[in-house]
Amino acid sequence: MSIRGAAYIAGIYEHPGRDLPDKTVWDIHIDVALGALADAGLAMEDVDALFCDGTAGFGVLTLADYFNINPTYVDSTETGGSSYLAHVGHAAAAIAAGKCHVALVTLAGKPKSGWQGPSFSPGPEAAFEQVWGMMGAPHSYALAAQRHMYEFGTTSAQLAEIKVAASIHAQYNPNAFLQKVVTVEEVLNSPMVADPLHRLDCCVVTDGGGALVIVSPEIAKKLGKTNAKILGHGEAVKHTNNGRIDLTHTGAVWSGPKAFAEAGVTVKDINYASIYDSFTITVLQTIEDLGFCEKGKGGTFVADGGLVAPFGKLPFNTDGGGLCNNHPSNRGGITKVIEAVRQLRGEAHPAVQVPNPQIALAHGTGGSLGSRHGSVTLILGQEDA
Amino acid sequence: MSTLPNPAPLVTQANAEFWAATADGRFQLQRCNECDTVLWFPRRHCPSCWTENVSTFDASGKGVIYSFTIIRKGAMLYKDAGPFVVAYVELAEGPRVMTNIVDCDVETVKVGMPVEVVFHDTGQGNALYRFRPAAN
Ligand SMILES: [Zn+2]
Repeated sequence: MSIRGAAYIAGIYEHPGRDLPDKTVWDIHIDVALGALADAGLAMEDVDALFCDGTAGFGVLTLADYFNINPTYVDSTETGGSSYLAHVGHAAAAIAAGKCHVALVTLAGKPKSGWQGPSFSPGPEAAFEQVWGMMGAPHSYALAAQRHMYEFGTTSAQLAEIKVAASIHAQYNPNAFLQKVVTVEEVLNSPMVADPLHRLDCCVVTDGGGALVIVSPEIAKKLGKTNAKILGHGEAVKHTNNGRIDLTHTGAVWSGPKAFAEAGVTVKDINYASIYDSFTITVLQTIEDLGFCEKGKGGTFVADGGLVAPFGKLPFNTDGGGLCNNHPSNRGGITKVIEAVRQLRGEAHPAVQVPNPQIALAHGTGGSLGSRHGSVTLILGQEDA
Repeated sequence: MSTLPNPAPLVTQANAEFWAATADGRFQLQRCNECDTVLWFPRRHCPSCWTENVSTFDASGKGVIYSFTIIRKGAMLYKDAGPFVVAYVELAEGPRVMTNIVDCDVETVKVGMPVEVVFHDTGQGNALYRFRPAAN
């Protein structure tokens, strides 16, 4: 069984706020749920499947209670920032199996105005990773960047090109947290956080959230609007491999081929890509691993506007991405899907809208490149794709 | 050179033997008696064949830097450490372990640099294994 064409993304909503001191995470969950349902032309009582990450209280139990709905299919898959792409794949599979018809995925978080995030209990690795002063994602991703530079000669200036491209897109997004176009020099001159990553190699820290509504083909048809057809999905866990971690690649080497095979397309068919951009190095490794260029050649690929919409080799993250626009709850997965759907609908900003895109890709990376992460690839298309 | 804090690790049933040995200046590894895999981090089952038939041995304490980062400003216990290095060291026995590189100027640290283990007492009955540039 394949999920190709078995479900559609009919509703999307990105919270416009980036600093929300007056709202609780639960308020934001409801705001974005209602926003995405309204976008789809559906209502809360139509939802029969509920998806959320592991940061929302007791997961689906908390949210179903707070939304006051009675879903008959639930899933709290937690793979960090890629969770929501996994939720889309799982929702499509559940819809294909007849388990549900209207699936709601929500994300909300307030890392900027008051962290109310998860406190996961320590895993068996904790004693061997938590005593060295590694205090955040930049420290861990820096380890991956350093090794990539060592093996392939990737430079800080090449990584900076990724931030520059994101900033060129973000100038058109009135909600973007950073709207100023930056230069390679400005990235390189920003303070070093953890060598070789500078402050501007990092994503923004924002409050906010987003939601998606995934529906069966029958419901999509009734809604009578342009929906994004789900063509393929792949997911993988990349981990430390019994102490033999390879920092030069991501789990996209496994999730990508599965998604492409299910969709029946290749990298050449992708007109637009939302690539998870917690850090510049995350983008660089992912586009190599998905096969947009040869391994180790990502630095050359992103140079000279390779990622700049609408006419670069691979127009990416036209909302400004996590690097400039929004990284609600320190997780960029849901906004990756949302911007890919906007592109397919022709609803991206005109300055960055890819002309008549047929197929879009969205990729999430949750956790850390420096230890373990969940990689999820989605391929979406027009109705006749 | 930075002076690092020595926070005590989270000792559990699964890693107590490993951490106890560090108090005596020994860095222990486990090897699977069935498939010869060297394990990291300490655990009960071999992660290659999942047998519990594993034994413990004293490792060489030698390795090379697989990757590293200079953390320019630490947080919490490390907030006053100044710039310091976190690295993956690839041990001579195979595993790549997360650690700090110490006893050298942080700007001189390089991928591929040979290193050797040193122990820093936590005051809690164990010691942190850190690595410094190898003597030769
Ligand atoms: Zn074994």
